[in-house]
Amino acid sequence: MPSYRELLQQVKSEIDELDVTQARGVLDAPDRPLVVDVREPDEWTEGRIPGAIHIPRGNLESRIEQAAPDRAQPILLYCAAGNRSAFAAKSLEELGYENVTSLAGGYTDWKRSGLPTELPRTLDGEKRQRYSRHVLIPEVGEEGQLKLLDSRVLLLGAGGLGSPAALYLAAAGVGRLGIVDDDRVDASNLQRQVMHSTGRLGDWKAESAKRTLEELNPDVEVVPYIERLTSENVERILADGWDVIVDGADNFPTRYLINDAAVWHDIPLVHGSIYRFEGQATVFKPGAGPCYRCLFPQPPPPELAPSCAEGGVLGVLPGIVGSLQASEALKLCLGIGEPLVGRLLLFDALATEFSEVKLRRDPACPVCGDSPTITEYVDYVEFCSGRPARA
Amino acid sequence: MSVVRIPPQLRGEVGGAREVPAEGDTVRDLLDDLMDRFPALRPQLVEDDEIAPFVNVYVEGEDVRTLDGLDTSVDQGSTVILLPAMAGGI
Repeated sequence: MPSYRELLQQVKSEIDELDVTQARGVLDAPDRPLVVDVREPDEWTEGRIPGAIHIPRGNLESRIEQAAPDRAQPILLYCAAGNRSAFAAKSLEELGYENVTSLAGGYTDWKRSGLPTELPRTLDGEKRQRYSRHVLIPEVGEEGQLKLLDSRVLLLGAGGLGSPAALYLAAAGVGRLGIVDDDRVDASNLQRQVMHSTGRLGDWKAESAKRTLEELNPDVEVVPYIERLTSENVERILADGWDVIVDGADNFPTRYLINDAAVWHDIPLVHGSIYRFEGQATVFKPGAGPCYRCLFPQPPPPELAPSCAEGGVLGVLPGIVGSLQASEALKLCLGIGEPLVGRLLLFDALATEFSEVKLRRDPACPVCGDSPTITEYVDYVEFCSGRPARA
Repeated sequence: MSVVRIPPQLRGEVGGAREVPAEGDTVRDLLDDLMDRFPALRPQLVEDDEIAPFVNVYVEGEDVRTLDGLDTSVDQGSTVILLPAMAGGI
């Protein structure tokens, strides 16, 4: 039976080690390895090598495939002194990883040599508890939750679609929510606009939304814009900085306006619309798929375009479509999954049926096409009443 | 025979039906068959002998504008979806 010392020596003779100077060189090179800190959580929270990910030694075998699906991916492991990482390197080689090294001397030597370290950002105890069901999902985790807390989502409309979308985004801990709405809460809204309530009748919807959302989650900053989106204010509102826009507008001028702005500012736009029992959702992601004008080059003439006020809507329908929009927005903030880019999802509540049609970018699109003809905001009121566009 | 899905905005023009059968080997023939029986659909679907710019027509999930437009062929038993732009979010 070998002693621990003998086993360690044997393992070290079978793996590749780098000292801190060599490691520094490798990390500055273009083909930088994945740096994995295999220490315990309390060691990790006291400082790490910049850019490292954390997989404690005890979870290494079960979690490494998710972090490094490609067995040829170069990996540099480190612990405090280079012993646990030596055993870890041996395990990864047994798992088939071809290019694994261990940092000799570990984090202790790294720090003692005056090389850069950083304090990892972590959720405090309260946030860890609030978002625990997110943190438990491997695709989100603590890093993902921190990303959401840093994310900024702009919602157009605090109505049927905006209500569920904003509630779920706030609950999820999206750090900043902008709400653009120039309307007041009316009794006829309450059948579906679940962000508002009877006691708020007559209040600005954007203000009512702020109260509801900040009460739901004080981690979220809500920025109300009590105004209608126009070509005059769109640049000012976008200048506040948004990662994703959720479009729950109720009219064509706003939808074309925000589409053009989103293309020019390169911001993904999560689209949703509803009518009676049916809804649609898609994601317009500049550069990755079509925009709203590729889908509908022109709005319908007013007599052919009924709004909810004229056509009615099943109260729960915006709940379903707005929640889909929230889900897409969260995926975009986190950079995970397959967003609804190039696909239009259709939902029919009466038949309880989802279907999908393909959307393609139109190379002749006047805004996102190869030779755009619209390069500044159009006067959308004229445009939509059928008079010539001022492009 | 194919099945045309009628969007809620246009159901008044076809007596309330969610789906209507129609005949035609191309989108043009199929829409003509449909609009002959339901003339009120014509201004909602066609403009200057083209598909109106505020409506999309999908055959088996593909936008016919990205295929051959009105000349796109339609196989027997296909599902055709008519989709006008819809603004509501309130």
